[in-house]
Amino acid sequence: MLRRYVAKRLLVAIPSLLIASMIVFTLPRLIPGDVVQLMLEEKAYAKDIEELRAKLGLNRPIYVQYFEWLGHVTTGNLGESLWTRRPVLEELGRRLPVTLTLGVCAIAFAILIAVPVGVISAARQDTLKDYTARSAAVLGLSVPGFWLATLVIVLPAIWWGWRPATGFTEFSQSPLYYLTQFLLPGVILGVASSAAIMRLTRGMLLEVLRQDYVRTAWAKGLAERVIVLKHSLKNAVIPVVTVLGIQIAQIIGGTVIIEQIFGFPGMGRFLFDAIVQRDYPVIQGVNLIVVSVIVIVNLTVDALYATLDPRIRL
Amino acid sequence: MAVSRPSAAAPQLPGVVVGSPVRAERSRWTNAVILVGRFMRQKPLGAIGGVIVVSMLLMAVFAERIAPYGYDETIRGARMKPPGPVHWLGTDNLSRDLWSRVVYGARISISVGFLTIAVGTCLATLIGVSSGYFGGVYDIAVQRVVDAWMSFPFFVIALSVMAVLGPGLLNVVLSLAVVITATSSRVIRGSTISVAQLTYVEAARAMGAGHPRIILRYVIPNVMATIIILATIGLGGVILAESALSFLGFGVPPPYPSWGAMLSGSGRTYMYRAPWMAIWPGVAISLAVFGFNMLGDALRDVLDPRLRGSHRAGRGG
Repeated sequence: MLRRYVAKRLLVAIPSLLIASMIVFTLPRLIPGDVVQLMLEEKAYAKDIEELRAKLGLNRPIYVQYFEWLGHVTTGNLGESLWTRRPVLEELGRRLPVTLTLGVCAIAFAILIAVPVGVISAARQDTLKDYTARSAAVLGLSVPGFWLATLVIVLPAIWWGWRPATGFTEFSQSPLYYLTQFLLPGVILGVASSAAIMRLTRGMLLEVLRQDYVRTAWAKGLAERVIVLKHSLKNAVIPVVTVLGIQIAQIIGGTVIIEQIFGFPGMGRFLFDAIVQRDYPVIQGVNLIVVSVIVIVNLTVDALYATLDPRIRL
Repeated sequence: MAVSRPSAAAPQLPGVVVGSPVRAERSRWTNAVILVGRFMRQKPLGAIGGVIVVSMLLMAVFAERIAPYGYDETIRGARMKPPGPVHWLGTDNLSRDLWSRVVYGARISISVGFLTIAVGTCLATLIGVSSGYFGGVYDIAVQRVVDAWMSFPFFVIALSVMAVLGPGLLNVVLSLAVVITATSSRVIRGSTISVAQLTYVEAARAMGAGHPRIILRYVIPNVMATIIILATIGLGGVILAESALSFLGFGVPPPYPSWGAMLSGSGRTYMYRAPWMAIWPGVAISLAVFGFNMLGDALRDVLDPRLRGSHRAGRGG
């Protein structure tokens, strides 16, 4: 049953991924201003514009370019950067771990804060604790990450003369520092997700706490801690799993700015630089990887949800 | 006169006297005040949000009267002055009054917010209602495109579309509208499917009503609550996304002040000496988004609690 459900979801995901690949391919080509002209002026790669176009394969019809690109993608070739001439996949391989570590830090922080606060907020509904937590959550959704990052960089420098490092230390240079440098940006990136997950945890837990079996548990004289944490939370967090896909997508979007501010050589910064330079293969490659990651995460979340709650498969 | 007199069987709104237009008008106002009063009592956080939203709207509309200086006016001898009685929020590295710039900045955020929501919601309604109502192959095809569109992170797609369109207020609106259309259309489609199956739609069809009439007269009015809620909830996210785009230099070009752009650019290097330059634009963004989120949440709870937990418009940064 589960296998059939996953197969069905996979079948739906394939056409979506294909359409996404078309969007990924077409969008950067709509960017105004000719990258070839820009390259010729700045780097003089060829004698004239037509020669450079032919060299880059940009002189053929767009659908021919698309199918050729798709064919290459299936063999793991995402093309090479128009500017650096380095393979996109190789560059992504170097940058993906940076963004993944940042994303994992953000989502871990989000869950670690959100679930306990959500539980306390629901268990103490309409008390001062609940109001404080809810207001803090809405505030968390309202504060822009780039502002938080700016404050974290500027204010401690003024007050204590301390400035968080905005460069990047490679793992090979100092493994411990490599990991600790992700903490601050990770926390900033996770604030909004934390707020969203907290609100959902609270809402779901409140619904479960009103159910008959919970009333029975109270009638049996069980302790509040057992009722909330053992009997209710398990059922309440099932829907929370589903928003993880959405949150991961948002975190990936957020890395574009956070990596820019903290100077991390991740995928987000790679994409931003590529957009500024109109580097088609890089924009396509990064977007395709991002979309694929999100589709896979959503499929995993769906499968996980179906495993945790068998009613979904019906 | 018998027509205007209330009949015993006719339902009558409390406080409304039929046949007396002046009193009926007054009663309508009284009713509105009572409704607002009840909303404020039941949803105090929503009421706070409402006050913030109204303040922001006033700032945006009456910016010329509220701001003591022009948004690009250089004040001689006032370079990087700290907040004080003359310059409430201080001045920036180009000797411009920050309070005036924040006030004018509200105009950008509010305009982008409302325009984006208007365009995005109209598109989402068109796509969602048609997809949910007609169903079949059309629905499957449209939903696969929506799926693909929704697979992109909100901010990545907004940034990519902005790169295509170039900076500018209208382009920000279009890029963000394109993004919110997909998510909103999915929710509207869901509501349309449930409304389209109801008996009164079937009855209208049996009476020979055509598709346009059924959609306009019966379906859209009944999914309107969902549309209004989605629009209100989405405003905060759109304002946040606009500020993030402006921060990266893809928003409204200078010298017009956008809150996000005020936190970036050349001003960043001066923030260590004038921290107020880093603080106030961010406070303005957070306060505006906080207000819209609080009001949106409260309105959703009042209008349709079933939508609680539905997907909020994404955010950047």
